[in-house]
This record gives sequence, structure tokens and C-alpha cells, in this order.
Amino acid sequence: MLEAPAVAALTILILALFVGVEVISKVPPLLHTPLMSGSNAISGITVVGAILAAGSEHDAVAQWLGFAAVVFATVNVVGGFLVTNRMLAMFKKNPKSDA
Amino acid sequence: MSSTDLIQFSYLVAAVLFILGLRNLSSPKTAALGNQMAAVGMLIAIVATLMVQGVVDYTLIVAGIVVGGLIGGVTALRIKMTDMPQMVALLNGFGGAASVLVAGAEVSSRITAGDVPTGIIPGAIVASVLIGGVTLTGSLIAFAKLQELMRGAPIQYPAQQYINALLALGTVAACFFLGMAPLDPQLFGLLVGLALLLGILLVIPIGGADMPVVIALLNSYSGLAACATGFVLDNSALVISGSLVGASGLILTKIMCDAMNRSLANVLFGAFGAVDASAAAGGEGVDQGTATAYTPIDAAVIFSNARSVIVVPGYGMAVAQAQHAVRELTDTLADNGIEVNFAIHPVAGRMPGHMNVLLAEADVPYERLVEMDEINPQFPETDVALVLGANDVVNPAAREDESSPIYGMPVLEVDRAQHVFVIKRSMNPGFAGIQNPLFFKDNTMMIFGDAKKVVIELNDAVKNY
Repeated sequence: MLEAPAVAALTILILALFVGVEVISKVPPLLHTPLMSGSNAISGITVVGAILAAGSEHDAVAQWLGFAAVVFATVNVVGGFLVTNRMLAMFKKNPKSDA
Repeated sequence: MSSTDLIQFSYLVAAVLFILGLRNLSSPKTAALGNQMAAVGMLIAIVATLMVQGVVDYTLIVAGIVVGGLIGGVTALRIKMTDMPQMVALLNGFGGAASVLVAGAEVSSRITAGDVPTGIIPGAIVASVLIGGVTLTGSLIAFAKLQELMRGAPIQYPAQQYINALLALGTVAACFFLGMAPLDPQLFGLLVGLALLLGILLVIPIGGADMPVVIALLNSYSGLAACATGFVLDNSALVISGSLVGASGLILTKIMCDAMNRSLANVLFGAFGAVDASAAAGGEGVDQGTATAYTPIDAAVIFSNARSVIVVPGYGMAVAQAQHAVRELTDTLADNGIEVNFAIHPVAGRMPGHMNVLLAEADVPYERLVEMDEINPQFPETDVALVLGANDVVNPAAREDESSPIYGMPVLEVDRAQHVFVIKRSMNPGFAGIQNPLFFKDNTMMIFGDAKKVVIELNDAVKNY
């Protein structure tokens, strides 16, 4: 049986998928690589779960697993956003000066 | 507003910023702003989480953020643009790893607390481990193939399909039992092991040229794994962000498959590009004619009479790091009054958008990067098509030869240009192992050599002509 929080989460999931499809469909092929690295950074949101685990003091195993997860997820977040920023800076240059 | 409400509200703000950020990626003018919005969203989500009451010990959190931030930051600032596919592959894998680890931590703390999960949570734990594990090792294999730590060709062995089927069955069983007893550490470990093995075995039979699909799919998985972890923790921030990324990866996967006219199942299980002896032997005997080698000086003569040129970059340009040399050549051509455009095939290179990033790095204005459907009608009116290390994406067999494995794949119709120059290292067929009749056409001139070296010579020859 599904409980109320699960139904709420499923509702969110389905709606977010629809939003995702709508929004991402409008990204031009020109920007597909930054889209991937940027969405990588967003999937680093697991860092939230990792922080919850690493910061609780009830269970040492959970804390250390959480620590490892914080490391991986932070690489995703920091690496993803920075590298995307680097790429997008190249696309932003004024093309008129080169034409 | 209670602190729990405040935290939930922060997650909502973060999710809105992610969505707005992705929406801004619809134009190169707003894209950088979009990325920054998403980064601010992430910062808000992280700060909010640090204020959660259960978070009491900050030592490991700070240590983890410092270590991860340093690794991610240094890599992001140092990585070469040509190595971007590897970087994205690794990031996908790390996302998967984080999901498995968080699921493990949750199971461990529930064991300690004696808190048996109910409802959807056991299923979500299973999904986190399975998707996360497959994403981790699958991405590492993709990374190894892209970094050329292992050969890019499909790896096949006897009874491969049966072994995979058996493993899949075992994994389904392990999923079922872990779903029934989610706090059993042995079952948990078993499923982690099976998922890791599955990720390896699923990606090794996939050829280098199919990497754009694999990377897009793993990108999607890393999002879905985060989403599953969101269900484990009943955390809306993870569910929303994970499904956004999942949707994004799935769309890219579909675009890549469509661009190769193949189904996802065919890409994953077709072992495309494995050396098929009979096909290779049959293909070569037929009257292919002879390919003729020319020099950059010959090419300069043709360029001196040209008014329009379309450059078609492929993986060879990335390997040779030729993008800056290409830009210099096109500058010289533009100085001579020649109109230069670039034709970008969706699967050119090793990941979605690979060529665009390289050319942007070399300061080629993005207005000059033209998509396939838009540029194909222009080839008949073009004087010179310059193919730079691209092969299958310009293969006319896809249009003409019904027996060709790539028949039906949308290709750039370079052979319709007045003259075609193909810069290529050798006559070896591409990753798909398919002969390319383009090389033998009357209007095609082959220039053999490293793409960068040839382009520099070509530039000198055009300048001095």
C-alpha cells in the first residue's frame, strides 16, 4: 500500500518529468554538451541526502557512507557548474567581432 | 514558519531556480545566466539542509565538501575541451555512486535504529542501488573507452547474451528479495555487487561511435538514481531535480538514437561496429573504384576558385585537437571572400554537442554552426565541402545502399557539393567498420594525414597561392 507521502512524492515526480520534457526540448543542439554537464551538476542534489547521513551521529557506518557520498556529490556540483560556466563563457563571446 | 517548513520552502525555491536555469539554456545568450541560477539554487538547498535538526556533526560534512569541491573545481578548470566527453562520463558515474552510498547510509542508520521501512521505501532503496550502481560502473567503462584506457571497439565473448540474461535474472531476484527484506546487509551488498557488474557488462559491448547515446542514457540514469534516493529519504528536492535530469537525459538519448536511425535496444545490444568478417569481405570486393590522394597544394587551387565552403567536423578533429587550426583556415578563406559555414551532425564526436563546444572554444561564431536539416539543402550550391575526420555521418551509403548497416541514417549530403575534400588519417573504415563510397566518388579528393597538420598546411597553401 502506498502512504500519503509516497503519493505526494509520486505526484511531484510525474509533474517534474513533464516540466523537464517541456523545458529541455527547447534546448538547441548547439548547447547539448553544456546541458549535460549542467544537468550533472543538478543531479548532484544528492549532496542533500549525503549531508543528512554524514551529519547524523547515531550510526558511524552511515556517517562514513554519507561522507563518501558528500565527496562524490560535491565533485558533481562544483565540477558540473564550473565546467558548464567555462563552456558557456565561450558561447557568450560576441560573434560579431569574428564575422 | 517552523524550521522544517523553512527548509521545505528552500527546496522549492531551489527547484524553481533549477527549472528557470534549464529554461535559460534555450539560448546561448542567456545560457550562462541559467547555469548561475541553477548554481544559486543548489547553494540554497545545501545551506537549508545544513540547518536540519538531525544534522549535528559537521566535521565529515565540511571535510567531504572541501575534498569534493577541490577535486571538482580543479578538474573543471583544467580539463581540455576535447576531453569533455570523459568529464561528463565521470560526473555521471559520481552521481550514481552518491546515490548508492546515500541509500547504504539510510539502510545502515535504519538497522541501528531498528526502523523497518514500509510502503514505497524498500522499492526506492532497490531502485537507488540498482540504477546508481549501473550508472557508476557503466560510466567508468565509458570513461575508459573515451580516454582510450581500453579499446573503443565492442568487446564480445562467447555466450555473452546468455551470461547477461542470467545476470539480469539474478539481479531481478536480488531486487525482489531486498525489496522484501530491505534491512538485510548481505542482500544489500549482493545487489550492489550485481548492479556494478551489470553496469560493466552492459557498456563493454558498445562501440566508441555509439558513445553519444551511452553518455546521454547514463546522464538520465544519474538523474533517476537521485530521484529514487529522493523517495528513500522522502525528500522533494531530490525527486524534482532527479526527474528533471532524468527527463533531460532521456530526451538527449532519443535525439541521438533518431540521428542514427536506430532503436535504443539496437544501440545497447547490437554490438554495432564489431568486426563482421562476411560483411567486410563482401563490401570490399565490389567495384568501389580507387580513392585518389591529393596534397594541400592541390586543394589550394580549388579553394582559390571557390565562393562557398562548408566544413564538416567529426571525431577526427577532436582527436587531433585541430579546432584552432580549422578556425585559422576559415579566417583565411573568409579573408579571400569565401563564405564558410560548419555542418554539425547530431552524433558527430563522442557526445551530444561535442563539435559545437570545440568550435566555440576556437572562437568560431555560433551562427556559423548549422544543424543538419538546415544545411543539407545548401550542399548542391556549395563549391567545396571539407570533411574533417568525419566518416559515418557523411556516408552516402546511408541514402543509396539498402544493404548498408547504416541505411536510413540521416547524413550530411556532402557528396552533392561541387568538390569534396576528405581529410583522414588513413583509408581505414570508421568505427562502424563500414566502407564509405564517398571516398571513391569522382568529385572527392582525399588528403591523408593528421587533421591538424593537414589543416595547417592547407592554410599555408591557400595563403601563398
